Amino acid sequence: MENFSVIIIPSLAMGLLARLYMIRIDHRQYPSYPQGLISHLTLGVIAAALGSVALPALLSKEFGAVTFLALAAQQFRDVRNMERQSLDNIEPTELVPRGTAYIEDIAKAFEARNYMVIITSLVTSIFIYLVQWRKGAALVQVLIGILAGIFTMILLKKMLKRQTIAEIAEVKAGKIHFEGPLLMVNDTAIMNIGLKSARKIYEENGIAIEIIPKDANANATLANIGQRQAIQHNVTVHLGIRKDVDEPEFTPIARRNPHNGNIVMAIVPAEKDMDLLIAAVKGTPVLETAKRKPLSSRLRS
Amino acid sequence: MDFGIKDSIIAIITLDRNMVSSSTIPVFYANTEEQQERIALLIAKITMGMVHDLENGSYVVVRH
Repeated sequence: MENFSVIIIPSLAMGLLARLYMIRIDHRQYPSYPQGLISHLTLGVIAAALGSVALPALLSKEFGAVTFLALAAQQFRDVRNMERQSLDNIEPTELVPRGTAYIEDIAKAFEARNYMVIITSLVTSIFIYLVQWRKGAALVQVLIGILAGIFTMILLKKMLKRQTIAEIAEVKAGKIHFEGPLLMVNDTAIMNIGLKSARKIYEENGIAIEIIPKDANANATLANIGQRQAIQHNVTVHLGIRKDVDEPEFTPIARRNPHNGNIVMAIVPAEKDMDLLIAAVKGTPVLETAKRKPLSSRLRS
Repeated sequence: MDFGIKDSIIAIITLDRNMVSSSTIPVFYANTEEQQERIALLIAKITMGMVHDLENGSYVVVRH
């Protein structure tokens, strides 16, 4: 039993460390800091425990213990459901909604991070066991295990890292003007604003951007409505918005120029800062579900 | 789920006296452009709708 604690304790610690390593990203996407942090850390501990006891269980010929892994998979699907439900529930209370595609993406990321914890713990325990098997000293076992764990963590984080808009498109400042009642940004119509007072606010305080996709892949990705909704939400989170529930005219809408696939968007922010707007758009993650790759289609000859 | 009338015209505010609604949509007549603008704003606030300009002397209020 003693040699198992050398396996279990370091791998448990590495798993928890992996969760902490990934949790930093959460703040930007889903700020529910104190309560969300505790629940996700606790789930992280459970995931780490599952990952670290898997190998010792097999070694002591407790094959039944593997069924626990199935239980774990179920558990983490529940994590995804939990995140999805809670974000869905607060969706009607957002002035600019996240959109279902963005919610799905966030929920999936939370699930994936728990699997990452299990994998990190498992790899750590396997490496510790290998050194043990080669008759290495306990300290060497733990050291090798920790190194393997850190390496796995960094590798997985690299793999799970999402692209941002900055990687697939150029973001430039746009110019707001009106053609009759039509709000235009760089000659693409966005919406019909009837009230002169609202038009005046747009002309005085509005700022706009144009997103120019770098290639056909980016063009198809940016056409996705969920992706555009995510951009709108992200921009609102960063800049604030001059809007209340009875003023639908001030909802930022990202419209597509059908001729060239460029996306334009105008917003009346709480804080009029062009650089921040461009940074917010560039920092928006490219949603997994929105990603399209027509350029690498096999049908292409 | 949010149920309600969505994406349909819920009121017409016009300067054009010849305008007659052929359906159940109410028509509000205004004498001046300022009055039209004001009525449109008030109806939009009441219905949480958005005012659109048809450029023929008529505004429509739509809930999106």
